[in-house]
Amino acid sequence: MAEPILSVDGLSSGYGDFQALFGVSLDLAPKSILGLVGSNGAGKSTLFKAILGLLPRAREMVRFQGQPIGDVPTRRLAQIGIVMVPEGRRLFRSLSVEENLVLAAEHGRKGAWTVQRVFELFPILGEKRRQGATSLSGGQQQMVAIGRALVANPEVILFDEISLGLAPIVVNDVYAALPEINASGISAIVVEQDVDRVRRLAHQLVCLNEGRVVLSGPAGDFTKAQLTAAYFGE
Amino acid sequence: MSAATRATIGLILIAAILASLPLWTGAANLRLVGEILSYMALAVLWNLLAGYAGLVSVGQQAFLGLGGYTLFICTIWLGMPPLAAVPLAAVAACLAGVIFAPLLFRLEGAYFAVGTWVAAETVALIFAAIPSLGAGAGMSLPAAAVKGIASSRSMREWLIYWIMLGLALAILGGTFALIRSKAGLALMALRDNPTAAGSVGVDIWWTRFWTYIGVAAATGAVGSVIFLQKLRISPDAGFSLNDWTAIVIFIVVIGGIGRIEGAIVGTLLYFLLREMLIDYGTIYLIVLGLVGILVMIFSRGGVWGLVERHLGWSLLPTRRLRD
Amino acid sequence: MVLVDAVVQGVLLGGLYALFAAGLSLVFGVMRLVNIAHGDFIVLGAYIALMVVSLTGLHPFLSLVLVVPLMGLIGYALQRLVLERTMGADVLPPLLVTFGCAVIIQNALLALFSTDAQRLSAGPIETASLPVGSISLGVLPLITFGVAVALIAGLEVVFFRSRAGRAFRATSDDAETAEAMGVDTRHVFALAMALSFAVIAVAAVLLAARSNFDPFAGPARLLYGFEAVIIGGLGNLWGTLAGGIVLGVAQTLGAQVSPSFQILAGHLVFFLILALRPRGLFPRMD
Repeated sequence: MAEPILSVDGLSSGYGDFQALFGVSLDLAPKSILGLVGSNGAGKSTLFKAILGLLPRAREMVRFQGQPIGDVPTRRLAQIGIVMVPEGRRLFRSLSVEENLVLAAEHGRKGAWTVQRVFELFPILGEKRRQGATSLSGGQQQMVAIGRALVANPEVILFDEISLGLAPIVVNDVYAALPEINASGISAIVVEQDVDRVRRLAHQLVCLNEGRVVLSGPAGDFTKAQLTAAYFGE
Repeated sequence: MSAATRATIGLILIAAILASLPLWTGAANLRLVGEILSYMALAVLWNLLAGYAGLVSVGQQAFLGLGGYTLFICTIWLGMPPLAAVPLAAVAACLAGVIFAPLLFRLEGAYFAVGTWVAAETVALIFAAIPSLGAGAGMSLPAAAVKGIASSRSMREWLIYWIMLGLALAILGGTFALIRSKAGLALMALRDNPTAAGSVGVDIWWTRFWTYIGVAAATGAVGSVIFLQKLRISPDAGFSLNDWTAIVIFIVVIGGIGRIEGAIVGTLLYFLLREMLIDYGTIYLIVLGLVGILVMIFSRGGVWGLVERHLGWSLLPTRRLRD
Repeated sequence: MVLVDAVVQGVLLGGLYALFAAGLSLVFGVMRLVNIAHGDFIVLGAYIALMVVSLTGLHPFLSLVLVVPLMGLIGYALQRLVLERTMGADVLPPLLVTFGCAVIIQNALLALFSTDAQRLSAGPIETASLPVGSISLGVLPLITFGVAVALIAGLEVVFFRSRAGRAFRATSDDAETAEAMGVDTRHVFALAMALSFAVIAVAAVLLAARSNFDPFAGPARLLYGFEAVIIGGLGNLWGTLAGGIVLGVAQTLGAQVSPSFQILAGHLVFFLILALRPRGLFPRMD
């Protein structure tokens, strides 16, 4: 494997006195998709927050392109090239669709992904650009959240449960964009409850249980039964 | 012997010493101790509001001045004996609280604080506009009414001191009992997490309402005794933001907000500081402001918070529910 | 006719109150913080303008070239060095810290300048007036009102059309997510405070040219600004102008009843609005 673009090494973190992650390690290969699975409370969102510095972590625990970034404050990560599509989307409700994208573009990196290109990827967003971001349907809001990550022109996007609360047909629409995103050179870690979907989508799989990595390897190496067993910690 | 019993015995001992004070000290000391007791009572009350109920008021002078004015109105207009006016002062202040609370509770977060200030200014302006109460100049308690309190001057001073002592102890004891009661538990839940407290059935609005008007009533009573001692009131003196709220806030902040001991320790520290710095005039108030800000930034638990952290002391066991 | 005159003067006075209110409202909108020392900073700005004018000989209005950046700097520093350390879920620490600032400013000004009333001399413009029908409009109050309208329009543009304004609103909505998008939220908060202080500087000079001030003139300005915000409705700067006008008119009409009724009438209208329309006259539409 080529040198990982993002690697997590022995990451332990948590909320106050409550430790939620115990020595988690994983490597994200350049231009690849890593599927992160596990039951509720397994530590997937916690891992994202720790990578982004929203929870405590130490300098050597996170590396980006070989450089330790565990001491880099959250606000600098978009500039380095790591952004998140957060669980629940968390769009800025006082900002229009376009403004949500423009804000992210202004504070991220310059590159091929522009607000205009996001409107080409998701034409419905172009039509509704002037509307309040939270007035859109769930699926459209998720498109804004993904677009907001793209216009920062990152190397890595952390997708947190982008299908949550969406109708199945809408989920397909949203996921349809992922190969194109990946093809543009962006690597991704995808947290997803639907194990089948992750197996089809991801190159690598990591399964967390109670804050520990219980399974890790190329997506094709595991049967569904193996994954389900790891998922429930059996 | 439980912590509560120890605290009760200690309090009774201190109360006995304080009650016997007139027998072995002069009038000046008596007046100082009376003032310390009044500030301790006000600090305990403000702490209950801000530190426990999450109601940061900068308008408590409204209730204090109202209590003071009620005393003068009752004695001058109604011819009542001054001492009988003290409970009425509490009633008047409580009523004002009942009027203001539903309006002020509509203000979000920090705006509530400024709202209480407007309320206090409003009450002060109303009293300053009543000519028969001396308008802006204020008025004195008539000599006949003063004589009616007690036959001799020293007896009067003693009596007023004892009333202030009784009131301060009642406020301290009442607050202590309240915080250790089921209602106190609700208050603390409210302070630590209003949303969660609401979801487990604590009625946020009413809990805050009862605390607000209860504190208003007690503040009014304290105000009437303070001005019974001063024998003279004016809108500027009765509704002074500096005297009745700013200093009280300073006391609670340096002592330790959200802790009963904090109000007591803060009061003693404040009087110590005042004795040391009083000759420096305006510098003294600048120092108070600076100390308050530094405490808020670097040691939010105040002096008592430091004592608890480093020595593990707790004078009055009120924090067991939180820790 | 006396009544019409009172109403017109009240409307113009409302412009000044809207200037007191705009900075307060801006900071609350971005970071839910109420600066209790807002009025005292207005008075501090007036004293700074006084010093600038006496040192440079500039006209008070021209002194703004120096006073506005200076106050903006003070605001930025106040946020970064002091208030930033107190921000969190609890509203109490920043409230008490700004309360401490109020005490310090009042007494520092007292120590430096005594209680003597001061005034910025703006020259003949102070007493100039335009006759309109049977009433006469003071030029200074007219300028004040015009500045208030222009400033609010400018703040609206900043808030809704600029990069800084997008960052203000995003940070106010969800600071954590804004931070993850690359927004330096601490810098954004400090910028909002600096902008608020720039508005304070303008309000200070207009106040000082219009009336006497002393070290203790601040709290009343905080209360008027606050009342204008609540009457107008949170989060709406044009509403704040309307709130200022309602307050100004209430005060000038109250003064017609009796001079001692002027301020009281404003407070009573504030409580009336709070009772009848708790979200203010023009609440922001969500």
